[in-house]
Amino acid sequence: MAVDIEIIKQVAYFAGFASDDLEEAAKPFFEQTVKRGEIIAMEGDPAENLYVVASGAVKLFKTSAEGKEQILYLAHAGESFNDVPVIDGLPNPASAQAMGPVDLYALSKVDMRALLDKYPKAQKNTTNLLAGRIRTLSLLVEDLSFKHVIGRVAGILLKYAGDDVGSKPRLTQQDMAAMAGTAREVVGRSLKMLEADGSIKMNRHRIVISNKKALEGMVEMAT
Amino acid sequence: MAEMPYIDLEKCDCCGHCVEVCKCHAIVLVNNIITIIETEDCGWCTECEAICPIGAISCAFEIVFEEG
Repeated sequence: MAVDIEIIKQVAYFAGFASDDLEEAAKPFFEQTVKRGEIIAMEGDPAENLYVVASGAVKLFKTSAEGKEQILYLAHAGESFNDVPVIDGLPNPASAQAMGPVDLYALSKVDMRALLDKYPKAQKNTTNLLAGRIRTLSLLVEDLSFKHVIGRVAGILLKYAGDDVGSKPRLTQQDMAAMAGTAREVVGRSLKMLEADGSIKMNRHRIVISNKKALEGMVEMAT
Repeated sequence: MAEMPYIDLEKCDCCGHCVEVCKCHAIVLVNNIITIIETEDCGWCTECEAICPIGAISCAFEIVFEEG
């Protein structure tokens, strides 16, 4: 497996890069394949590498002392993770786990710093990327603080619904609970309620959104 | 081929709770290893995932918009 420039091109750090610079910037990346469920980075450990998802999906999460999981966000193909500890040099603020078989492109902390020194455009892109992360996490704080669970579940369904089968990562009820900051049983009850009112259809391993507007309304009303 | 729940055999300690709750008998113990038998009878009730004390079973949903 060679590093695919088309994936590197999608990474936020390289927005606006000319093709020659992209080829050069991609050189220090190395491939890594991880199995479903494998922990890629552990919260509190020193960060060695920045990662880009080449295929599959990775969940970034925090774990409470009681073992409860809170998902911060999912990283998909073309997205990076482990950015913050690589940039500030502090330990990993969250853990990262493969949601299925995942191909990664890794960049060592030293090579990442060299890349930022070499390309001022990458520094500007870093600011935009970190601003985006703050925005994502602020929305999560808003959801967890102010929205009722059913609205959060409706929001998760809308966010992770794809037009085609396989276009978005699959989620277990435990994943949804860890995103919504609630218990798995509560997600199960919410899905049953949404099915009963006709907003969704539970078709074995498929959740079909049959009334998108109703779900959007629940997201709005839940605040 | 019927889609079935996923068991992480590296995590699984073969406690057998999932075998007890599986209504369609799709999860069985074969030579002390939890094994899934493909069957359309599995209705994705997710009871096996819920009861697994170590989170070794995943019943993942794909989420799609209804066509049309």
